[in-house]
Amino acid sequence: MTTIPWERVRRAGSKLTTPLHPDDYLSLLNPLWSSRELRGRIEKVVPETEDAATLVIRPGWGWHYEHRPGQYVGIGVQVEGRFQWRSYSVSSPPRRSGRTISITVRAMPEGLLSAHLVNGLEPGTIVRLAKPEGDFVMPDPPPEKLLFLVGGSGITPVMAMLRTLDRRGTMPDVVLHYSSTTPERMIFRDELAALADKHESFTFHQLHTDLDGMLDLQELDAVCDDWHGRETWACGPGPMLDAVTGHWESVDLEERLHVERFSLELGGEGGEGGTITFRNSNKTIEADGATTILEAGEGAGVGMPYGCRMGICHTCTVTLVSGTIRDLRSGDEFGQPNEPVQTCVTAAAGDCTFDI
Amino acid sequence: MAIADVKEYTHLTEEEVEQLGRELDAIRADIEESRNADDAAYINRMIKLQRGLAAAGRVTLMAGTQSRRTRVPAAVLGGSLLGLAKILENMEIGHNVMHGQWDWMNDPEIHSSNWEWDTAQPAEQWKHSHNYVHHQFTNVLGHDNDVGYGILRMAREQKWHPYYLGQPVYNALLASLFQWGVALHDLDLERIRKGEKDPKEMKRQLRQILRKGRNQILKDYVVYPALSGRQWRTTLVTNASANLARNLWSYMIIFCGHFPDGAMHFTEEELEDETRAEWYLRQMLGSANFEGGRTLHVLSGSLGYQIEHHLFPDLPSNRYPEIAVKVRALCDKYDIPYTIGPLHRQYGQALRTIMKLSLPNHMTSSDDPAPPERRDTANEPPRDRKRRSDEERQPRRRELGAYARSPREREHD
Repeated sequence: MTTIPWERVRRAGSKLTTPLHPDDYLSLLNPLWSSRELRGRIEKVVPETEDAATLVIRPGWGWHYEHRPGQYVGIGVQVEGRFQWRSYSVSSPPRRSGRTISITVRAMPEGLLSAHLVNGLEPGTIVRLAKPEGDFVMPDPPPEKLLFLVGGSGITPVMAMLRTLDRRGTMPDVVLHYSSTTPERMIFRDELAALADKHESFTFHQLHTDLDGMLDLQELDAVCDDWHGRETWACGPGPMLDAVTGHWESVDLEERLHVERFSLELGGEGGEGGTITFRNSNKTIEADGATTILEAGEGAGVGMPYGCRMGICHTCTVTLVSGTIRDLRSGDEFGQPNEPVQTCVTAAAGDCTFDI
Repeated sequence: MAIADVKEYTHLTEEEVEQLGRELDAIRADIEESRNADDAAYINRMIKLQRGLAAAGRVTLMAGTQSRRTRVPAAVLGGSLLGLAKILENMEIGHNVMHGQWDWMNDPEIHSSNWEWDTAQPAEQWKHSHNYVHHQFTNVLGHDNDVGYGILRMAREQKWHPYYLGQPVYNALLASLFQWGVALHDLDLERIRKGEKDPKEMKRQLRQILRKGRNQILKDYVVYPALSGRQWRTTLVTNASANLARNLWSYMIIFCGHFPDGAMHFTEEELEDETRAEWYLRQMLGSANFEGGRTLHVLSGSLGYQIEHHLFPDLPSNRYPEIAVKVRALCDKYDIPYTIGPLHRQYGQALRTIMKLSLPNHMTSSDDPAPPERRDTANEPPRDRKRRSDEERQPRRRELGAYARSPREREHD
């Protein structure tokens, strides 16, 4: 292993480049040679279905290939000069010796960025990355019996888990129920079928909802009669997840259910709101307790920094000078003076002032 | 003559001034909506070019000076590349990034909140003294500390004192040590002398300046000379020359912004109830442009478009040329003076003012364009024109860029 103390080399190098970092020069030679912001280069764009593609990304300096199967990463792409951020599940299995990661993206009808990622991204493009996050992960070692309930592009984190199990050669008793509107739109269909052929302990149920309708959870027994006894991971559209959560709660099994939502569900419990002052921009705005500080700032015309807009990447962090804010995910309140807060997931709880 | 009311001076009615303000707002909105990949490519290209020049300059100096035959050409070439890199970094890149001109890209590496530039003054203090004080109170006597920088007498309204007889000398010193003059600018030496400065804030600022200045000096006068081995002396002298060239150049460009004839000063009365439209008008009357080709404009940080820069300090600098066409048309329409001339004439006028104002008013004549019959404030008894603290100032305008501390700067508390 390397014995060169890179951190010390860099610090010494910065005496030559001050006030810049050595990375600011090195990234001119190779855009990936910088750890100031995590970067990646698109190596390949692999079409999966008509509207979905897998992006194979080679991360640059500072990236640790230590994501856990099921986690997602933030990806920032410059569109018309402006960095836009989204988060996508990593579909490749973690590999310490790995050189690339893959994310699989479906172009959403109203999603400008997802369409750009699927159709408009040339290999060689440099993107920004945010560290892997998320608790929708496969424990190591895996439980003995598993059930995956998947709808549409919800397959991506599950695929990372299945590939990991396959690669380690430890495929336990796994049932996958995968709903998709049509067979053509089913991402990874061939690979999943091949996995089912290869592993006897892996059962793959496909449901094409345009033909056969949605899965009725009352009839889950027909698909998997021992679902009560399985650790379950569910990922897909919001309504599907609501139904699954309700079903598991009705039999007091919610502890064994892991759910991943692709859109941020902010707790409904909005606070009282208040007047938000943006000190340096000299702007103020009234905001209710359900409007995020980020949205309020944008509404007031403040040049708010932002990234994933779901509380992951910390790009949107701004210093709260005074006042109290509420984290809309947890309901926790924060009010330390000069505390850096994530504006995309917090709202005013009374009047507050920000240092921007 | 300092102007007490921009409306009165320009003979515009309140309605006309407001209309002018709306038309300028429309120009701003136009640019904001059309910022695109080409603009982003421009600043990225500029940064790439600048870093390439800097690296090439340093390497040329270290390697090229080792052989006796290449020593002199390498020193000349390396010094020129380095000087050019420093000028580009300070003018077209650093100054403009810190104004927030590129914040819209949402790129944390090119953002006003954490950009640090290659000069002695810490970015945070620059953003306060420049983005806020100078751009908000442009040319208002007693408020804008850039009217003479507390060193020179640049307006006839500023009270004469025998100290100013040395003005030609101070000017030459300021020009050659410009980066250090700028470094001390936000400290407000006058206030410190009078014991009015908060000692805690003063210590914090001083620490910041010392840390930044130390790193700058180490880099140019210790580390790179040391890396040049036996030729350390050549590298040291060349680095000093590059810094000097940058100092002289930025000094000259900056003196062309508000000191040529036609760039007017204002009295405190103008600030009272000043509307946004009147603020625009004050910026137009108080700034001066100079003419030149694209290269000259880039090397001067687009400050040849000083008027446009003061109207829209946070719009991308590569758009100033197209904005200038529209602003000039508005000036014609409303019969507002638009001060512009070749660089040598603009600087010549600034230099002449420096020389003239080293003498008492009665010994020299004013070069301001003759005002129509209006109140002349030059003969009024001098008012209190000391520098104001932030508490004594009016609330600030919005589009002036951030000036508070970035997270990185805050760590140094």
